Amino acid sequence: MNRKKVSLRQELPLLVWLVFVWCALWQNFSPGNLLFGALIAVLVARVFYLPPVELGGRFNVLRAVPFAIIFLGKVVAASFQVLYLAVARGPRVVSAIVAVPLRSHSDILVTATGHVISLIPGSLVVEVDRSTSTLYIHGINVRNAEDAAKLRKDVRDTEAGLIRILGTKEELSALTQESAA
Amino acid sequence: MMQIVLTVSAVVLSLAAAGAIVRIARGPSLLDRVLAADVLLAIFGAALCIDMAVNRHLNNLMLLVAISLIGFVGSVTVARFVADRRENVRES
Amino acid sequence: MNPETVIDAVSAVFMVTGALMSLAAAIGLLRFPDLMSRMHAATKPQVLGLFLLLTALGLQMRTWWVWPVLLVAWLFQLLTVPVSAHMVGRAGYRTKHLHPELLSADELEAVVQQAAAKRRADGDTGR
Repeated sequence: MNRKKVSLRQELPLLVWLVFVWCALWQNFSPGNLLFGALIAVLVARVFYLPPVELGGRFNVLRAVPFAIIFLGKVVAASFQVLYLAVARGPRVVSAIVAVPLRSHSDILVTATGHVISLIPGSLVVEVDRSTSTLYIHGINVRNAEDAAKLRKDVRDTEAGLIRILGTKEELSALTQESAA
Repeated sequence: MMQIVLTVSAVVLSLAAAGAIVRIARGPSLLDRVLAADVLLAIFGAALCIDMAVNRHLNNLMLLVAISLIGFVGSVTVARFVADRRENVRES
Repeated sequence: MNPETVIDAVSAVFMVTGALMSLAAAIGLLRFPDLMSRMHAATKPQVLGLFLLLTALGLQMRTWWVWPVLLVAWLFQLLTVPVSAHMVGRAGYRTKHLHPELLSADELEAVVQQAAAKRRADGDTGR
Protein backbone atom coordinates (compact mmCIF):
# COMPACT_ATOMS: atom_id res chain seq x y z
CA MET A 1 0.00 0.00 0.00
CA ASN A 2 1.27 3.41 -0.93
CA ARG A 3 1.15 5.56 2.16
CA LYS A 4 0.98 9.28 1.85
CA LYS A 5 2.86 11.05 4.61
CA VAL A 6 0.38 12.33 7.16
CA SER A 7 1.48 15.17 9.40
CA LEU A 8 0.65 15.02 13.09
CA ARG A 9 -1.33 18.23 12.82
CA GLN A 10 -3.59 16.67 10.20
CA GLU A 11 -4.06 13.57 12.32
CA LEU A 12 -4.65 15.35 15.61
CA PRO A 13 -8.47 15.78 15.36
CA LEU A 14 -8.82 12.05 14.69
CA LEU A 15 -6.60 11.13 17.65
CA VAL A 16 -8.46 13.48 20.02
CA TRP A 17 -11.78 12.03 18.89
CA LEU A 18 -10.53 8.45 19.40
CA VAL A 19 -9.29 9.23 22.92
CA PHE A 20 -12.61 10.89 23.71
CA VAL A 21 -14.58 7.85 22.52
CA TRP A 22 -12.31 5.51 24.48
CA CYS A 23 -12.75 7.44 27.74
CA ALA A 24 -16.48 7.92 27.16
CA LEU A 25 -16.97 4.19 26.68
CA TRP A 26 -15.03 3.42 29.87
CA GLN A 27 -16.78 6.34 31.58
CA ASN A 28 -13.47 7.21 33.17
CA PHE A 29 -11.50 10.37 32.45
CA SER A 30 -8.59 9.76 34.84
CA PRO A 31 -5.06 10.65 33.60
CA GLY A 32 -4.03 7.00 33.39
CA ASN A 33 -6.97 6.10 31.18
CA LEU A 34 -6.34 9.18 29.01
CA LEU A 35 -2.74 8.09 28.49
CA PHE A 36 -3.69 4.52 27.66
CA GLY A 37 -6.39 5.80 25.31
CA ALA A 38 -3.86 7.99 23.52
CA LEU A 39 -1.54 5.00 23.13
CA ILE A 40 -4.33 2.90 21.61
CA ALA A 41 -5.44 5.80 19.39
CA VAL A 42 -1.95 6.16 17.90
CA LEU A 43 -1.72 2.39 17.44
CA VAL A 44 -5.12 2.24 15.70
CA ALA A 45 -4.32 5.20 13.45
CA ARG A 46 -1.03 3.54 12.43
CA VAL A 47 -2.22 -0.04 11.95
CA PHE A 48 -5.66 0.55 10.43
CA TYR A 49 -4.55 3.19 8.02
CA LEU A 50 -7.23 5.02 6.02
CA PRO A 51 -6.82 7.85 3.51
CA PRO A 52 -6.84 11.08 5.51
CA VAL A 53 -9.78 13.46 5.21
CA GLU A 54 -8.62 16.66 3.57
CA LEU A 55 -9.62 19.28 6.10
CA GLY A 56 -9.44 22.92 5.18
CA GLY A 57 -7.05 23.58 8.04
CA ARG A 58 -9.31 25.95 9.92
CA PHE A 59 -12.19 25.60 12.32
CA ASN A 60 -14.14 28.59 13.53
CA VAL A 61 -15.49 27.81 16.99
CA LEU A 62 -17.35 31.11 17.29
CA ARG A 63 -19.38 30.26 14.19
CA ALA A 64 -19.76 26.58 15.13
CA VAL A 65 -21.57 27.10 18.43
CA PRO A 66 -24.49 29.16 17.07
CA PHE A 67 -24.65 26.83 14.07
CA ALA A 68 -24.97 23.82 16.38
CA ILE A 69 -27.71 25.50 18.42
CA ILE A 70 -29.67 26.50 15.31
CA PHE A 71 -29.18 22.97 13.97
CA LEU A 72 -30.64 21.49 17.15
CA GLY A 73 -33.62 23.82 16.87
CA LYS A 74 -34.11 22.76 13.26
CA VAL A 75 -34.01 19.07 14.22
CA VAL A 76 -36.83 19.71 16.69
CA ALA A 77 -38.78 21.68 14.07
CA ALA A 78 -38.26 18.89 11.52
CA SER A 79 -39.80 16.25 13.75
CA PHE A 80 -42.83 18.35 14.57
CA GLN A 81 -43.24 19.25 10.90
CA VAL A 82 -43.28 15.54 10.02
CA LEU A 83 -45.80 14.91 12.80
CA TYR A 84 -48.01 17.75 11.55
CA LEU A 85 -47.81 16.62 7.93
CA ALA A 86 -48.51 13.01 8.84
CA VAL A 87 -51.60 13.91 10.84
CA ALA A 88 -52.98 16.81 8.78
CA ARG A 89 -52.00 16.03 5.19
CA GLY A 90 -51.33 12.32 5.19
CA PRO A 91 -51.80 10.76 1.77
CA ARG A 92 -52.28 14.08 0.02
CA VAL A 93 -48.75 15.36 0.61
CA VAL A 94 -46.95 16.58 -2.51
CA SER A 95 -43.17 16.62 -2.84
CA ALA A 96 -40.50 17.38 -5.42
CA ILE A 97 -36.96 16.46 -6.36
CA VAL A 98 -34.81 19.56 -6.66
CA ALA A 99 -31.27 19.85 -7.99
CA VAL A 100 -29.04 22.13 -5.91
CA PRO A 101 -25.55 22.95 -7.19
CA LEU A 102 -23.14 23.57 -4.32
CA ARG A 103 -20.31 26.06 -4.24
CA SER A 104 -17.69 23.82 -2.71
CA HIS A 105 -16.03 20.82 -4.32
CA SER A 106 -14.33 19.41 -1.24
CA ASP A 107 -15.62 16.02 -0.15
CA ILE A 108 -15.92 16.91 3.52
CA LEU A 109 -18.10 19.95 2.85
CA VAL A 110 -20.40 18.13 0.45
CA THR A 111 -20.75 15.28 2.96
CA ALA A 112 -21.39 17.61 5.89
CA THR A 113 -23.95 19.61 3.90
CA GLY A 114 -25.70 16.41 2.89
CA HIS A 115 -25.85 15.21 6.47
CA VAL A 116 -27.13 18.48 7.86
CA ILE A 117 -29.82 18.98 5.24
CA SER A 118 -30.98 15.40 5.67
CA LEU A 119 -31.80 16.30 9.26
CA ILE A 120 -33.34 19.76 8.88
CA PRO A 121 -37.03 20.16 7.98
CA GLY A 122 -38.36 18.83 4.75
CA SER A 123 -35.32 17.70 2.81
CA LEU A 124 -33.51 14.44 2.12
CA VAL A 125 -30.60 13.71 -0.21
CA VAL A 126 -31.51 11.27 -2.99
CA GLU A 127 -28.47 11.44 -5.23
CA VAL A 128 -25.08 13.13 -5.23
CA ASP A 129 -23.15 14.05 -8.34
CA ARG A 130 -19.59 14.29 -7.14
CA SER A 131 -18.06 15.61 -10.36
CA THR A 132 -20.23 18.74 -10.39
CA SER A 133 -20.96 18.57 -6.64
CA THR A 134 -24.70 18.79 -7.18
CA LEU A 135 -27.12 17.43 -4.62
CA TYR A 136 -30.48 16.07 -5.70
CA ILE A 137 -32.85 16.66 -2.82
CA HIS A 138 -36.25 15.23 -2.15
CA GLY A 139 -38.27 17.93 -0.46
CA ILE A 140 -41.49 17.02 1.30
CA ASN A 141 -44.45 19.38 1.00
CA VAL A 142 -42.94 21.25 -1.99
CA ARG A 143 -46.00 22.16 -4.01
CA ASN A 144 -44.79 24.75 -6.52
CA ALA A 145 -41.73 26.49 -7.92
CA GLU A 146 -41.78 29.01 -5.07
CA ASP A 147 -41.37 26.30 -2.45
CA ALA A 148 -38.61 24.73 -4.53
CA ALA A 149 -36.74 28.04 -4.67
CA LYS A 150 -37.09 28.36 -0.89
CA LEU A 151 -35.70 24.85 -0.40
CA ARG A 152 -32.78 25.63 -2.70
CA LYS A 153 -32.00 28.81 -0.78
CA ASP A 154 -32.18 26.87 2.51
CA VAL A 155 -29.60 24.36 1.30
CA ARG A 156 -27.27 27.05 -0.04
CA ASP A 157 -27.51 28.91 3.28
CA THR A 158 -26.65 25.73 5.18
CA GLU A 159 -23.63 25.24 2.97
CA ALA A 160 -22.57 28.86 3.52
CA GLY A 161 -22.73 28.31 7.27
CA LEU A 162 -20.58 25.20 6.99
CA ILE A 163 -18.04 27.00 4.79
CA ARG A 164 -17.77 29.70 7.44
CA ILE A 165 -16.99 26.99 10.00
CA LEU A 166 -14.54 24.71 8.20
CA GLY A 167 -14.15 25.78 4.58
CA THR A 168 -10.77 26.68 3.12
CA LYS A 169 -9.65 30.29 2.88
CA GLU A 170 -10.37 30.45 -0.87
CA GLU A 171 -13.95 29.26 -0.41
CA LEU A 172 -14.43 31.74 2.40
CA SER A 173 -13.23 34.71 0.36
CA ALA A 174 -15.41 33.62 -2.58
CA LEU A 175 -18.35 33.49 -0.19
CA THR A 176 -17.73 36.96 1.22
CA GLN A 177 -17.42 38.37 -2.29
CA GLU A 178 -20.68 36.73 -3.25
CA SER A 179 -22.58 38.06 -0.25
CA ALA A 180 -21.10 41.53 -0.75
CA ALA A 181 -22.19 41.63 -4.38
CA MET B 1 -44.75 10.19 38.93
CA MET B 2 -42.30 7.81 37.24
CA GLN B 3 -44.95 5.11 37.23
CA ILE B 4 -47.31 7.35 35.25
CA VAL B 5 -44.56 8.24 32.78
CA LEU B 6 -43.71 4.56 32.38
CA THR B 7 -47.35 3.63 31.69
CA VAL B 8 -47.94 6.48 29.24
CA SER B 9 -44.77 5.84 27.27
CA ALA B 10 -45.39 2.08 27.26
CA VAL B 11 -48.82 2.67 25.68
CA VAL B 12 -47.45 5.17 23.16
CA LEU B 13 -44.54 2.92 22.18
CA SER B 14 -46.83 -0.10 21.81
CA LEU B 15 -49.06 1.87 19.45
CA ALA B 16 -46.02 3.00 17.48
CA ALA B 17 -44.67 -0.56 17.27
CA ALA B 18 -48.10 -1.77 16.09
CA GLY B 19 -48.05 0.88 13.35
CA ALA B 20 -44.59 -0.13 12.22
CA ILE B 21 -45.56 -3.82 12.17
CA VAL B 22 -48.65 -3.02 10.09
CA ARG B 23 -46.37 -1.28 7.58
CA ILE B 24 -44.00 -4.28 7.56
CA ALA B 25 -46.93 -6.59 6.81
CA ARG B 26 -48.61 -4.37 4.21
CA GLY B 27 -45.62 -2.57 2.70
CA PRO B 28 -45.94 -2.76 -1.07
CA SER B 29 -42.21 -3.15 -1.63
CA LEU B 30 -39.15 -4.57 0.06
CA LEU B 31 -37.74 -1.09 0.75
CA ASP B 32 -40.90 -0.07 2.60
CA ARG B 33 -40.50 -3.11 4.81
CA VAL B 34 -36.84 -2.36 5.49
CA LEU B 35 -37.71 1.20 6.44
CA ALA B 36 -40.46 0.02 8.78
CA ALA B 37 -38.13 -2.55 10.35
CA ASP B 38 -35.61 0.21 10.96
CA VAL B 39 -38.29 2.26 12.72
CA LEU B 40 -39.29 -0.80 14.78
CA LEU B 41 -35.68 -1.17 15.93
CA ALA B 42 -35.62 2.52 16.86
CA ILE B 43 -38.78 1.97 18.93
CA PHE B 44 -37.08 -0.93 20.75
CA GLY B 45 -34.16 1.40 21.42
CA ALA B 46 -36.51 4.02 22.81
CA ALA B 47 -38.07 1.41 25.11
CA LEU B 48 -34.62 0.37 26.40
CA CYS B 49 -33.77 4.02 27.00
CA ILE B 50 -36.95 4.65 29.00
CA ASP B 51 -36.31 1.53 31.07
CA MET B 52 -32.82 2.81 31.89
CA ALA B 53 -34.06 6.28 32.78
CA VAL B 54 -36.88 5.05 35.01
CA ASN B 55 -34.86 2.42 36.86
CA ARG B 56 -31.64 4.48 36.84
CA HIS B 57 -29.14 2.01 35.46
CA LEU B 58 -26.93 1.90 32.36
CA ASN B 59 -26.96 -1.82 31.59
CA ASN B 60 -28.74 -1.47 28.26
CA LEU B 61 -26.47 1.20 26.81
CA MET B 62 -24.36 -1.18 24.74
CA LEU B 63 -27.52 -2.97 23.63
CA LEU B 64 -28.84 0.39 22.42
CA VAL B 65 -25.71 1.06 20.37
CA ALA B 66 -25.83 -2.48 18.98
CA ILE B 67 -29.47 -2.03 17.94
CA SER B 68 -28.82 1.19 16.05
CA LEU B 69 -25.81 -0.47 14.41
CA ILE B 70 -27.93 -3.43 13.28
CA GLY B 71 -30.54 -1.05 11.86
CA PHE B 72 -27.90 0.87 9.95
CA VAL B 73 -26.04 -2.13 8.53
CA GLY B 74 -29.28 -3.92 7.70
CA SER B 75 -30.92 -1.12 5.75
CA VAL B 76 -27.74 -0.22 3.88
CA THR B 77 -27.15 -3.85 2.88
CA VAL B 78 -30.71 -4.35 1.66
CA ALA B 79 -30.68 -1.04 -0.21
CA ARG B 80 -27.54 -2.04 -2.07
CA PHE B 81 -28.86 -5.50 -2.80
CA VAL B 82 -32.12 -4.13 -4.23
CA ALA B 83 -30.31 -1.61 -6.41
CA ASP B 84 -27.94 -4.27 -7.72
CA ARG B 85 -30.56 -6.84 -8.60
CA ARG B 86 -32.72 -4.51 -10.64
CA GLU B 87 -29.95 -2.72 -12.44
CA ASN B 88 -27.07 -5.07 -12.97
CA VAL B 89 -25.56 -3.06 -15.80
CA ARG B 90 -24.37 -0.28 -13.59
CA GLU B 91 -21.96 -0.67 -10.72
CA SER B 92 -22.98 1.10 -7.47
CA MET C 1 -39.84 23.70 44.83
CA ASN C 2 -36.58 21.82 45.16
CA PRO C 3 -34.32 21.07 42.18
CA GLU C 4 -34.96 17.32 42.45
CA THR C 5 -38.61 17.68 41.46
CA VAL C 6 -37.72 20.09 38.65
CA ILE C 7 -35.19 17.63 37.18
CA ASP C 8 -37.68 14.81 37.51
CA ALA C 9 -40.41 16.83 35.83
CA VAL C 10 -38.16 17.88 32.95
CA SER C 11 -37.00 14.34 32.31
CA ALA C 12 -40.58 13.06 32.52
CA VAL C 13 -41.64 15.56 29.85
CA PHE C 14 -38.66 14.57 27.71
CA MET C 15 -39.47 10.87 28.03
CA VAL C 16 -43.11 11.29 27.03
CA THR C 17 -42.17 13.57 24.11
CA GLY C 18 -39.51 11.11 23.00
CA ALA C 19 -42.05 8.29 23.02
CA LEU C 20 -44.44 10.52 21.06
CA MET C 21 -41.74 10.97 18.42
CA SER C 22 -41.73 7.20 17.85
CA LEU C 23 -45.49 7.40 17.43
CA ALA C 24 -45.01 10.26 14.94
CA ALA C 25 -42.69 8.04 12.91
CA ALA C 26 -45.25 5.23 12.92
CA ILE C 27 -48.12 7.56 11.92
CA GLY C 28 -45.97 8.92 9.11
CA LEU C 29 -45.14 5.40 7.93
CA LEU C 30 -48.80 4.53 7.79
CA ARG C 31 -50.20 7.73 6.30
CA PHE C 32 -47.67 8.93 3.72
CA PRO C 33 -48.32 7.80 0.15
CA ASP C 34 -44.89 6.92 -1.22
CA LEU C 35 -41.50 5.61 -0.14
CA MET C 36 -39.71 8.96 -0.18
CA SER C 37 -42.18 10.71 2.12
CA ARG C 38 -42.11 7.71 4.43
CA MET C 39 -38.36 8.09 4.61
CA HIS C 40 -38.79 11.58 6.04
CA ALA C 41 -41.06 10.09 8.68
CA ALA C 42 -38.60 7.32 9.48
CA THR C 43 -35.48 9.46 9.94
CA LYS C 44 -36.29 12.79 11.55
CA PRO C 45 -38.42 11.86 14.57
CA GLN C 46 -35.99 9.02 15.29
CA VAL C 47 -33.08 11.43 15.80
CA LEU C 48 -35.03 13.85 18.00
CA GLY C 49 -36.60 11.00 19.95
CA LEU C 50 -33.25 9.46 20.83
CA PHE C 51 -31.90 12.90 21.77
CA LEU C 52 -34.77 13.54 24.18
CA LEU C 53 -34.59 10.07 25.73
CA LEU C 54 -30.80 10.22 26.20
CA THR C 55 -31.13 13.65 27.82
CA ALA C 56 -33.78 12.28 30.17
CA LEU C 57 -31.48 9.37 31.00
CA GLY C 58 -28.59 11.73 31.70
CA LEU C 59 -30.78 13.86 33.95
CA GLN C 60 -31.98 10.83 35.87
CA MET C 61 -28.50 9.39 36.46
CA ARG C 62 -27.30 12.62 38.12
CA THR C 63 -23.61 11.98 37.48
CA TRP C 64 -21.45 13.87 35.03
CA TRP C 65 -19.55 10.92 33.59
CA VAL C 66 -22.54 9.47 31.73
CA TRP C 67 -22.88 12.56 29.51
CA PRO C 68 -19.88 11.82 27.22
CA VAL C 69 -21.04 8.29 26.42
CA LEU C 70 -24.57 9.54 25.75
CA LEU C 71 -23.12 12.21 23.47
CA VAL C 72 -21.11 9.57 21.60
CA ALA C 73 -24.19 7.37 21.20
CA TRP C 74 -26.21 10.30 19.80
CA LEU C 75 -23.42 11.44 17.47
CA PHE C 76 -23.17 7.95 15.99
CA GLN C 77 -26.91 8.03 15.39
CA LEU C 78 -26.54 11.46 13.79
CA LEU C 79 -23.87 10.14 11.43
CA THR C 80 -25.55 6.87 10.47
CA VAL C 81 -29.20 7.88 10.02
CA PRO C 82 -28.73 10.18 7.00
CA VAL C 83 -26.47 7.59 5.35
CA SER C 84 -28.98 4.76 5.59
CA ALA C 85 -31.83 7.07 4.55
CA HIS C 86 -29.82 8.17 1.54
CA MET C 87 -29.02 4.57 0.55
CA VAL C 88 -32.66 3.51 0.81
CA GLY C 89 -33.87 6.61 -1.04
CA ARG C 90 -31.37 6.15 -3.81
CA ALA C 91 -32.28 2.50 -4.27
CA GLY C 92 -35.95 3.51 -4.21
CA TYR C 93 -35.45 6.12 -6.91
CA ARG C 94 -33.49 3.79 -9.15
CA THR C 95 -36.01 1.00 -8.88
CA LYS C 96 -38.87 3.36 -9.78
CA HIS C 97 -40.63 3.42 -6.46
CA LEU C 98 -41.76 6.97 -7.11
CA HIS C 99 -45.26 8.02 -7.95
CA PRO C 100 -44.72 10.83 -10.47
CA GLU C 101 -48.20 12.21 -9.86
CA LEU C 102 -47.17 13.01 -6.29
CA LEU C 103 -44.20 15.10 -7.36
CA SER C 104 -44.52 18.74 -8.34
CA ALA C 105 -41.08 18.72 -9.97
CA ASP C 106 -38.39 16.16 -10.73
CA GLU C 107 -35.07 17.62 -11.77
CA LEU C 108 -33.19 14.34 -11.46
CA GLU C 109 -35.15 12.44 -14.10
CA ALA C 110 -33.71 14.36 -17.06
CA VAL C 111 -30.18 13.72 -15.78
CA VAL C 112 -30.82 10.00 -15.30
CA GLN C 113 -32.31 9.66 -18.78
CA GLN C 114 -29.42 11.57 -20.29
CA ALA C 115 -26.97 9.22 -18.60
CA ALA C 116 -28.93 6.19 -19.80
CA ALA C 117 -28.96 7.53 -23.37
CA LYS C 118 -25.23 8.13 -23.20
CA ARG C 119 -24.71 4.58 -21.96
CA ARG C 120 -26.72 3.24 -24.88
CA ALA C 121 -24.82 5.46 -27.32
CA ASP C 122 -21.51 4.19 -25.98
CA GLY C 123 -22.81 0.84 -27.02
CA ASP C 124 -21.94 -2.65 -26.00
CA THR C 125 -18.25 -2.11 -26.63
CA GLY C 126 -17.77 -0.51 -23.24
CA ARG C 127 -18.72 -3.44 -21.06
